[in-house]
Amino acid sequence: MKIVKFLSLALGVMLLGVSVGDAQEVNLYSARKEALIKPLLDEFSNKTGIQVNLVTGKADALLKRLETEGANTPADVLITVDAGRLHRAKAAGLLAPINSAVLQESVPANYRDPENYWFGLSLRARPIMYALEKLDPNTLTSYEDLADPRWKGKICVRSSSNIYNQSLVASMIAANGEQQTEQWARALVANLARPPKGGDRDQIRAAAAGQCVIAIANTYYLARMTTSKKDQREREAAGKIGIIWPNQNGRGAHINVSGAGVTKFAKHKDNAIKLLEFLVSDEAQRFYADSNHEYPVKADMEPSDILKQWGKFNGDAVNLSLLGKYNSTAVKLMDRAGWR
Amino acid sequence: MVAVSALLALPILVVLSFVFQPAGDVWQHLLETVLADYVINSLLLMVGVGVGTLLLGVGSAWLTTQYQFPGRETLIWALLLPLSMPAYITAYTYTGMLDYAGPLQYQLREWFDWSYGDYWFPDVRSLPGAMAVLSFVLYPYVYLLSRAAFLEQSVSVTDASRLLGCTAWRSFRRVGLPMARPAIIAGLSLALMETLADYGTVQYFGVDTFTTGIFRTWFGLGDSSAAAQLSSVLLSFIFLLIVLERWSRKRARYHHVGIRSQPLNVQFLSGWRAAAAIAACALPLVLGFILPTGQLLLWAFRTADQMVDAEFYRLIRNSITLAAGAAILAVFIALLIAYGKRLSPNRIVNSAARVAGMGYAIPGTVIAVGVMLSLAWLDNSIDFWLRRQFGISTGLLFSGTLFALVFAYMVRFLAVSLQTVESGLAKIKESMDDVARSLGYRPKEVLRRVHIPIMRGSLLTAGLIVFVDILKELPATLILRPFNFNTLAVRAFELASDERLADSAIPATAIVLVGLIPVILLSRAIARSRTTTYVDRTNSNA
Repeated sequence: MKIVKFLSLALGVMLLGVSVGDAQEVNLYSARKEALIKPLLDEFSNKTGIQVNLVTGKADALLKRLETEGANTPADVLITVDAGRLHRAKAAGLLAPINSAVLQESVPANYRDPENYWFGLSLRARPIMYALEKLDPNTLTSYEDLADPRWKGKICVRSSSNIYNQSLVASMIAANGEQQTEQWARALVANLARPPKGGDRDQIRAAAAGQCVIAIANTYYLARMTTSKKDQREREAAGKIGIIWPNQNGRGAHINVSGAGVTKFAKHKDNAIKLLEFLVSDEAQRFYADSNHEYPVKADMEPSDILKQWGKFNGDAVNLSLLGKYNSTAVKLMDRAGWR
Repeated sequence: MVAVSALLALPILVVLSFVFQPAGDVWQHLLETVLADYVINSLLLMVGVGVGTLLLGVGSAWLTTQYQFPGRETLIWALLLPLSMPAYITAYTYTGMLDYAGPLQYQLREWFDWSYGDYWFPDVRSLPGAMAVLSFVLYPYVYLLSRAAFLEQSVSVTDASRLLGCTAWRSFRRVGLPMARPAIIAGLSLALMETLADYGTVQYFGVDTFTTGIFRTWFGLGDSSAAAQLSSVLLSFIFLLIVLERWSRKRARYHHVGIRSQPLNVQFLSGWRAAAAIAACALPLVLGFILPTGQLLLWAFRTADQMVDAEFYRLIRNSITLAAGAAILAVFIALLIAYGKRLSPNRIVNSAARVAGMGYAIPGTVIAVGVMLSLAWLDNSIDFWLRRQFGISTGLLFSGTLFALVFAYMVRFLAVSLQTVESGLAKIKESMDDVARSLGYRPKEVLRRVHIPIMRGSLLTAGLIVFVDILKELPATLILRPFNFNTLAVRAFELASDERLADSAIPATAIVLVGLIPVILLSRAIARSRTTTYVDRTNSNA
């Protein structure tokens, strides 16, 4: 049959295309969206001549792919946008420890794995945001305050299926214990203005439009709304929102990282480490800061201008691997609390 | 054939095999907290989408086949257009338009000086909202199949019912509807399976269904066994649907009786009746296509200068090549299986095809995991064996290649092509086979010279629907694609999930536009199909 011949030919061509192995390259599984990483990778290739091959996807799916491919995986580097997933990858035996003085010097201890299995590359803060005209920011100073019944019907937050909320709750479990955090979550749910839906930007927009007074969201979403060139209404909405840095007299505001590790079975380990070292270079850190308004992981780098306007703050110094450890506890707790 | 169908069933069986793994205390937790919500919401969603697609789909199909009114010719094909809209994109656009912070409510508040709580406005992102959006997008399946069935109904039967004094409504209810029931239910079950597999819409709307539950259990709780077990509970829903569909088909066999020589006698409508018919047929089109594309285009114009570049054209090329190649393969496999079943009913093929057919209702990610597990096992075994025997390492042969992706598409969309091809084949009387065989044709020749020409319409339909489905497919593409390979759907999703809806409008519009091509081809083929069937039939004996 012609078709069968055609198919086997096509298959052959396909297989041929894959089995090229020893060029100067590094293979990357990235949960960071292509638009937010590709420019950096291109720059890396320009500088070093090492070609970067990229697959993006959701972190858990990439982890599963890494796991099923086992020792034969082509992937050398895993990038995620939260510490919890990196912790999970390490626990599943998918990563190898990295020995790099550059990484150790650049990345503060609480933003990397204690055994050097992964390193944070950029920081993402999740403070409390509020409608400027409707709230005195001095009356609300901590995440714990959000449980106060006086905020009934005033808070917007997205679904607990979202990793950012899971990490926030995990950090609270680390600080206050499971029982107290569950009570907090119940009280928070009772204060919600509407059932959780949409993303972080939606919460900010809802606060700006008056559906709620308080929103919990990552800073870069607000920063992107503020700098939205095309959309005047986004800028207007962002203009009505202020930021409260919570828990400044205590553990500090919740912080997560986007980070990376080298896979256990990496075939291009040296190139992989080179790539990671490039991603903490001043140049790459500037890109994170200016293009996506994340906080650089390097202590001596300045954030973007907008972020500077929102002031300096103390971040929660908890070691981020705890976020991974408490992740499933956090999800179950939120299920029980009725946080959808 | 046995091998092909067994291979296609493999990923689903792999997922099912997790049922026998202990899942610890997660089930207890799920039962105590969220499981009831998942079940109730999924059921309600199915009921809502079922009613919605039937009303929109059957109603418009009946009106456009039985009546003549201004604009009918356009509506006949235009009603298929929502088929090219991915459900999650329609969901984004409706949210963009109707949300509290969106332009409509914003204007209302400006005009009437209202603020939050002063007025009532339906909440888009809710269970009813999800029902509506999914109905808008999925009704074309019901429309497509029921329209074909109405057209095929012998004119004499409808005429006879009218002659016997049936009113139009009675004729529809007593004759048209019952005779078209198998086709309507086939369309409905496709729509409902898509509903069950939907993740993008329900997740965005904050409706907790089985699908979102599977992901939450897997990703949030990190328990893939419990997630797979939830998937198999989902499979039991689907099994119910399939049984229902088979049952309705088994009640009777519907072949053509007699040959129609004249087109159906359509009744002319005028005045308010015509206006009502136009309105009834235009409604699904406006809701499912015109409004959401309008919003998309508005966004797209704003961002076009940044988003259209060389990379963008590569995305279009990738998407088209992949979808077209896989669609052709899907039709080929469906034909192989369906014809094989017709020649010699084989229990293994039968059940394997049925298992693989469930793929349509399983969330793409779950299928993708099944495919990954199957292929990785295969690759690693080959590698291990070759290394031990010859000291050669092959690495991963299939995993991470386009083959893996196409394989996943086959598993996910076989139901669509198989169902369409099977129903096309079933309409050809078995006596035709006998005649051809008695003339000395071998089975392969019978297929090529008799069946394929007769059912060209069905094959085309199957291929085009799969093409559009693959174009829109996201989760499996995202997780299985090779290095440096992107499609329009991947790009649209990445931007949208980064909460850059306006930026995602360009790739989303491109999906819709590319999807339009086969949809229009399909509608033209349908418009012609009434006469060509019989022309072909005479040709094939020439």
